[in-house]
Amino acid sequence: MIGLDAIGAVAGLLPAAVAIHHAMHRTTPGWWRSASFWALFAASLIAGPWLPDVANGVIVLAMVALATAGLRPAPVPTTSDAERAASAGRLGSRLFLPALCIPVVTLAGTLLIPDGRIAGHALIDPKQVTLVSLAAGAIVALGFAIRLTRAPRAAPAAEARRLTDAIGWTMILPQMLAALGGIFAVANVGKWIAAGVTSVMPLDTPAVAAVAYCLGMALFTIVMGNAFAAFPIMTAGIGLPFIIHQFGGDPAPVAALGMLSGFCGTLMTPMAANFNIVPVAALELRDKHGVIRVQIPTALALLAVNIAILTFLVLPGTHR
Amino acid sequence: MLVLSGIAIIVIGFALGINPLLVVTLAAFASAMAAGHGPVEVIGMIGKAFVDGRFLAVAWLALPTIGLLERAGLRDHARALVRRLRGATTGRVLLGYLALRQLTASLGLTSLGGHVQMVRPIVAPMAEGAAERDGEAPDEDTRELIRANAAAVDNIGLFFGEDVFIAIGSILLIRAVLEQNGITVAPLHVAIWAIPTAISAFLIHGARLLLLDRRLRKRAA
Repeated sequence: MIGLDAIGAVAGLLPAAVAIHHAMHRTTPGWWRSASFWALFAASLIAGPWLPDVANGVIVLAMVALATAGLRPAPVPTTSDAERAASAGRLGSRLFLPALCIPVVTLAGTLLIPDGRIAGHALIDPKQVTLVSLAAGAIVALGFAIRLTRAPRAAPAAEARRLTDAIGWTMILPQMLAALGGIFAVANVGKWIAAGVTSVMPLDTPAVAAVAYCLGMALFTIVMGNAFAAFPIMTAGIGLPFIIHQFGGDPAPVAALGMLSGFCGTLMTPMAANFNIVPVAALELRDKHGVIRVQIPTALALLAVNIAILTFLVLPGTHR
Repeated sequence: MLVLSGIAIIVIGFALGINPLLVVTLAAFASAMAAGHGPVEVIGMIGKAFVDGRFLAVAWLALPTIGLLERAGLRDHARALVRRLRGATTGRVLLGYLALRQLTASLGLTSLGGHVQMVRPIVAPMAEGAAERDGEAPDEDTRELIRANAAAVDNIGLFFGEDVFIAIGSILLIRAVLEQNGITVAPLHVAIWAIPTAISAFLIHGARLLLLDRRLRKRAA
């Protein structure tokens, strides 16, 4: 059955190809930095599930050390402005098709094979159908793009390396932060924060409790980088005992607004690397917090909206 | 109390601009060791958790395709296409993408988007192209502002669209957490309460995008 291990192995092919490209094109003396970093990442994705935990940990620490020292990739040649303009004129809007192929195949797979069964055979782990479809979409799109653009044989690896080098070590940051979230959970960091919020704010009126819950969700999400990590802890600490049980709030809207307040936190934290740091690398911005800076005013306004909805629409009718 | 040292390291490390990978590693060691785990055990914990998160790497598989399309002029074409559109401004282009992203996410189609697949090759060049139409190209700071806005629209559209869909991860988590505490809620009931915030998100961020147009016009003048 195609599951997480197979998906990881396919995902590992990208850094493996990038590592090989670096090793084969040694234009600068520092070529080994990028070559080893991407080789380690490939090893972790492909062989990780079969290695002992400590070996995987050592691989991660080696990647962190290389990234801290600097990967310093040499630039790879690509097409010139004039060549691109000519090619864009020739291919026109057909260029959009392979890019759109990825979401289309992902959606089609998710909708058409929800249980992972193809012609009655359980081929795909039902929990991983979306990821398998995404990987399949990427492969189909790549074949399509190669044919459409009549790319030379060396181009796919060179282009993969160009973008991978541009994004750099940021590529492993989402996984590192997920690991940190897991460790924070084991170390019970959340309970301390919930206890801190409840001890600072006297939760004796519905309005204060609503503020504490929404603000707590946003703050805790800023720290953890993930509203899903904050939700169970803040809901157990404030949402359930105070807002739902003491003030009689309706559980469904209370929980929905708590989660949405967490999303406001996600918009404001570098800890949510996937959403806020990866685009900085992908769009080659100089300001590391450029995306967060744009998002903060909207996030704060929506946090106020959530608090207002919880206080005025959800709580008043129920507690009086 | 010492388990919170990890958070202190994160805050200080990010503020000082130290490599985030290093900061996160140190924070993991600090919090885990304060909770009584030995150094070798912590290395194992990091290794296991990192491998458990390997599904996050699947999204990068789009890179070779995007690279090839960029090589063949995708970004140039997206930019030129918008330049030809009458009435297209950066704010309006992004407003259109915000509406599209929110609507599709609210139908559960969250994979229609993303920074690597959609924003870098298509949305950001279109938003930049719209700013270029009155003659000269915007300066580097302005282009940076436009790109950051393109990335922000993708996030805001996704976050405040997906919660309206009943089968999304966050609603399943809400159900599970409440269920553990003996409360059963209908997913639809939770999803309906995400609608007021979703509409507010569109109005608030949409207004900000139109203000962005004004700011860009001032910069160009």
